[in-house]
Amino acid sequence: MNLPTNGARSVSGGLPRHTLAQGSAPAPLSVALGLRDFNFYYGKFHAIKNVSMDIFRNHVTAFIGPSGCGKSTLLRALNRMYDLYPDQRAEGQLLFHGDNLLDRSVDLLDLRARIGMVFQKPTPFPMSIYDNIAFGVRMHENLSRAEMDERVEWALSKAALWGEVKGILGRNGATLSGGQQQRLCIARGIAVKPEVLLLDEPTSALDPISTARIEELVTELKSEFTIAIVTHNMQQAARVSDYTAYMYLGELVEYGVTSQIFLKPAKKETEDYITGRFG
Amino acid sequence: MNIRLRRRMVNVLALSASLAAMAFGLAWLVSILWNVISLGIGGISVSLFTLETPPPGASGGLGNAIVGSVIMVGLATLIGTPIGILAGIYLAEYGRRSWLGSVTRFVNDMLLSAPSIVIGLFVYAIVVARFGGFSGWAGVLALTLLLLPVVVRTTENMLLLVPNSLREAAIALGAPRYRVISGVTLRAARAGVITGVLLALARISGETAPLLFTSLSNQFWSFKMSEPMANLPVTIFKFAMSPFEDWQRLAWAGVFLITLGVLLLNILARTLFKDELK
Repeated sequence: MNLPTNGARSVSGGLPRHTLAQGSAPAPLSVALGLRDFNFYYGKFHAIKNVSMDIFRNHVTAFIGPSGCGKSTLLRALNRMYDLYPDQRAEGQLLFHGDNLLDRSVDLLDLRARIGMVFQKPTPFPMSIYDNIAFGVRMHENLSRAEMDERVEWALSKAALWGEVKGILGRNGATLSGGQQQRLCIARGIAVKPEVLLLDEPTSALDPISTARIEELVTELKSEFTIAIVTHNMQQAARVSDYTAYMYLGELVEYGVTSQIFLKPAKKETEDYITGRFG
Repeated sequence: MNIRLRRRMVNVLALSASLAAMAFGLAWLVSILWNVISLGIGGISVSLFTLETPPPGASGGLGNAIVGSVIMVGLATLIGTPIGILAGIYLAEYGRRSWLGSVTRFVNDMLLSAPSIVIGLFVYAIVVARFGGFSGWAGVLALTLLLLPVVVRTTENMLLLVPNSLREAAIALGAPRYRVISGVTLRAARAGVITGVLLALARISGETAPLLFTSLSNQFWSFKMSEPMANLPVTIFKFAMSPFEDWQRLAWAGVFLITLGVLLLNILARTLFKDELK
């Protein structure tokens, strides 16, 4: 077991396995990603302030909070998407297998293969369903046609999309429905076999039925991946996550086992937000 | 009720004014087309394509001019398209906010609005006057310089239309920048880029001024790029201004051909990717 160390905000309620949210697998806790004194800036704007926390392997961690609280910013920092934008920068430590991912020497292509991301709006590439999945895999692996076929089927099955698209793999990805497109994007992300999957409000553009399917999917996928999800929807956080982090104005207000955050939050601010008195 | 009546009247007025404006523009266009067709269609025959331009009084066609135009416009497109697309990619994907990008964009805009006669004179001064006189290559260079800024601009614009979320999605899969561009963004912008190239092609195929100073013309079949080369626009210019009736008839036939060609290119550009350009 690899619990939070120096300065990491301990999970409220003293944490531990026996208090895990109902339904989550009582696997031994190990840390997938560790943030230490993490700060983020958009130019001069200090968007994330001194966040320290651990994201646990094979669990779902939800980030909630009002718009502009920094939850998406934090998620996008975890695979260094911000590197695309010259005026954005992060400070502190982001630990992954003992390395600080914020180091300049980190190979970003490799990092993003290991920490995948799915975005708010479905973004199918302008190519066939098959190639949508194969695109990312081709960046990192040299598979034979048969192996690639197998990988595409595996990823689409994991994303609960295989049954719907197995006969139309040659069709353009954009012809799918919104919910299918988003599952295609999830399949695309897991096809690369990352360790961590970051989901940035993956259902906010979807109808309730598609949302339910994606939520089911998240619960199934955590046995193989570590999942961090940003959501505006508190019920969603309560349904799918094992841990919940409540953020406000760039600070991590409270972080703990989901059932505790929702039933017995330690802080008044968290309670106000969760009960809808604020935000 | 009163105000409703007034609004309805204003609406009728505005609608009639815009309809009248449209009719005015359209009338000229239709009359141009009508003139070109009625005066040019009589000259269309097999010999127009197979015979070379005749001396006054003899019979002939525009074969050498058509072939010369196709060769020069074709080469200019082949040379200018890849350069223009690469430059457009630089502007949209790499140099969006860089100093070099801004300068390039500014220079490209100037080139885009430069009168074609200036381009012709420029090529005349640096190529024709210094190296062996009028030639097909000089014509190709002038046409390339006219096509290039159009392709650069459309490529940049079309790539900028591709949502950033698509780029981010590809980058989040660990794809290097060049794979993101070649595999995703350029592919997403494909229809617009090709349309831009076709429209640029249509634009240069009717240019006269730059060719007048560069490839000049040639009365005979000419496939040597290092010598003066026949082409449609300059031939039309020469023939239309002449006092000879058979030359004038050939000029109208040539105008008809160019108009038809440009029209077809435009239609092609607009229908080829109609579904993708929504």
